[in-house]
Amino acid sequence: MRPIAVHTQRIATTVLWTLAGLTIGVLLFIIGFVLVRGLPHITLEFLTAAPRSMGREGGVFPIIVGTICVAGLAILIAGPVGVLTAIYLTEYTRPSRLTAVIRFGADCLAGIPSIIFGLFGFVFFVIRLGMGPSILAGALTLSLMVLPTIIRTSEEAIRAVPLSYRDVSYGLGSTRWQMVMRVVIRSALPGIGTGIILSLGRSISETAAVMLTAGSALNLPRSAYDSVRTLALHFYILSREGISMEKAYATAAVLVLSILGINLLAYWIMRRFIARVT
Amino acid sequence: MLVAFSAVSALALITAFIFRAGLPIMMKVGLGDFIFSNEWRPTDASPSFGIFPMIMGSLAVTAGAMVIGVSLGLACAIVLTQFCHPRAVSVLKPAIELLAGIPSVVFGFIGVVILVPLIRQYLGGWGLSVLAASLVLGIMMLPTVTSITVDALQAVPRSYGDGSIALGATKWQTTHMVLLKAAGSGIMAAVILGMGRAIGETMAVIMVIGNWLDVPHSILDPARTLTSNIALEMGYSAGEHRQALFATGVVLFVIIMAVNTAALAFSRHHLRKAGMR
Amino acid sequence: MRKAIVCLGVAAVLTAGWLIAGCSRARQATRLIGSTSILPFAEMLAEEFNALNPDMHVEVQGGGSAAGLQAVADGIAEIGMCSRGLKSQELEQYEPIVIAFDGLSVVVYPGNPVSDLSLEQIRGIFTGQITNWSQLGGGDGPIHVITREEGSGTREAFQKMVMGEARISRRAVTQESNGAVKELVRNDPASIGYMSMGLAGELKNLSIAHARPTRQNVLPDSKGQRKYSLVRPFLFVTRKGAPMPTGAKRFVDFVLSPRGGAMLEKEGLVAPRETGQSH
Repeated sequence: MRPIAVHTQRIATTVLWTLAGLTIGVLLFIIGFVLVRGLPHITLEFLTAAPRSMGREGGVFPIIVGTICVAGLAILIAGPVGVLTAIYLTEYTRPSRLTAVIRFGADCLAGIPSIIFGLFGFVFFVIRLGMGPSILAGALTLSLMVLPTIIRTSEEAIRAVPLSYRDVSYGLGSTRWQMVMRVVIRSALPGIGTGIILSLGRSISETAAVMLTAGSALNLPRSAYDSVRTLALHFYILSREGISMEKAYATAAVLVLSILGINLLAYWIMRRFIARVT
Repeated sequence: MLVAFSAVSALALITAFIFRAGLPIMMKVGLGDFIFSNEWRPTDASPSFGIFPMIMGSLAVTAGAMVIGVSLGLACAIVLTQFCHPRAVSVLKPAIELLAGIPSVVFGFIGVVILVPLIRQYLGGWGLSVLAASLVLGIMMLPTVTSITVDALQAVPRSYGDGSIALGATKWQTTHMVLLKAAGSGIMAAVILGMGRAIGETMAVIMVIGNWLDVPHSILDPARTLTSNIALEMGYSAGEHRQALFATGVVLFVIIMAVNTAALAFSRHHLRKAGMR
Repeated sequence: MRKAIVCLGVAAVLTAGWLIAGCSRARQATRLIGSTSILPFAEMLAEEFNALNPDMHVEVQGGGSAAGLQAVADGIAEIGMCSRGLKSQELEQYEPIVIAFDGLSVVVYPGNPVSDLSLEQIRGIFTGQITNWSQLGGGDGPIHVITREEGSGTREAFQKMVMGEARISRRAVTQESNGAVKELVRNDPASIGYMSMGLAGELKNLSIAHARPTRQNVLPDSKGQRKYSLVRPFLFVTRKGAPMPTGAKRFVDFVLSPRGGAMLEKEGLVAPRETGQSH
């Protein structure tokens, strides 16, 4: 019996390591592929010039601006709302049916596919509220999409703040709001920040929802009611319409690099957070 | 207090608007016909709206993606928690989670440029196929499955594993007889959430699935999914056609909600079990 | 912490200001709405026009031919873009200006031995009745039919000019862009698809009833007849009876000028002859 068990152990370990290796291999391949094809075409001009003839020539400056506007505004909306919800859930209520409903709502929202958010944003923001395809409609749609992530991560970060901090703060005579703002949020800030940064990454890489709500204009936006094109959508259009493969790869490389940077930043903040807590 | 209901009210608003936009046409066509009819001819003089092929397409692709995503995801999670130096874990886990941040269009594009020609050349057929979509989606759902499974496995008390090892079991025996069982409902939640991602993914699928209107008969056949149907035709649809696309969204929405509720039930079960000890 | 709050506050105020500023923007501009087939060409022309005329601003939006006509009727756009000929009752309301002719190419893999098909044969392929290249004088093997999505202007044109009442097969792979069709046909020896003539590039263009899709065959002769039958006009549409605003007039003049024509020809379209065809 024993040798067979050892034998199975060896086989299982080998299979598992192969599969895990395969996964890492695929990851490295995807990132490598995009960077190798894209990096040579990224120049200062590419980053700072406007696209010409549908993106075949020129750069992606208005598209970078558009991406920052849509994703940034989405976070600016979802961030405060999400964090306040998390504060409410953790500091102002006991677990009850009410909090269960709120949490259920957030969990369900998290599972809804982006195309459904897109459809909703299209009928509600674009048509019903008459915003047209615009930065504002795109950002509002995205903010709903990332809201559950922000609530979840903020909640976890706040819960991780030791109870003793709160007690001390109360002991020093602060009100609940002061306690929350000065003590809890302050200690939970890195955790909250990580969630927000990851949400930013998700907003940047989203395509389907943005396509239906923010449009695809190539101009530099002048107001929040202007339609813009985000990097992910620009990549999609460039590569699918076969307009310019060089520019498509370069756009993809910019996109992947920024996602990589955002993830590293979030990871670094998290590490500092963990180091401080322990 | 008001802010706290943002998520709930967003959910309610989304449900209300999607249903309001989609239900009229479903009623007009008849729910049975809409779901079970094979004919999708939205712009004909006498249009017909049947999304059965899309439902089958979504199911086929999701099943295929689960095979790939779950086996790879579980393997990664087990290696990371059981057979790996902690320092390696602290590099590998974020690396796998990074996969989740890569835009779906990039996955789809690589699928088209690399995977599809390979399939066409070595396995025959179109290349654009259920198989290609399953592979791409499997890779895309992997981070979800891996990271939730890792959490579930780490939540199993150390004493379980130690006890098993002390009784003379090998590490693998311990893993699959004790740990996987103890973390079972957590893993189930991971699998179902991954499944939700696969059903809902749009842009990557549209690029590699071929989007034809027939029910796929083999994994080398193209297919059309619910999501790709919406995204393909939404652009310049109008009138009943647009309503029918929203109705497709309604069906997708109902499926996703069922899947998510199942996942939530499993993870709650998991939490309760974890709480008992 | 306080710094973070101040930063957020400033950002919020700036955003609010920007939103309000957006509400009250007043920009005199010429707006084009309509066919997504014409959209990329119009964008290109608008880009050049805006660069040449800093005092003018032309904006282009998609939405489809029907939406373009509606926008002109509603006064939302000065010019509509329409990628099909106007129907007789539409001619009572709108003034069409032909900016170019677009030939529709039926394309196959560059190495495909088949080079000439009749309209009936093409129809047979796309309905799914003809399924093997050997039925058309090619090698033995299944035909991979590629079509565009429901609602696409190119598909509409193909449906009208080739298919008539017949339906495109359910087993035709559907792609959402010309580029995607092109990529597939270039790599799959069994494939057949269709797209605007100017976009076909290195793909093999089939002759239809012995006429090749060339500039010469697409242009109508003095009797209004053309050798190659799959041609649609690209129209700018304005409201009948109403004088065109200066900006719109200048843009149309630019598009019809030799410079505009040359830009369109470079993209593979056929500019209308100097004699001035009007439909």
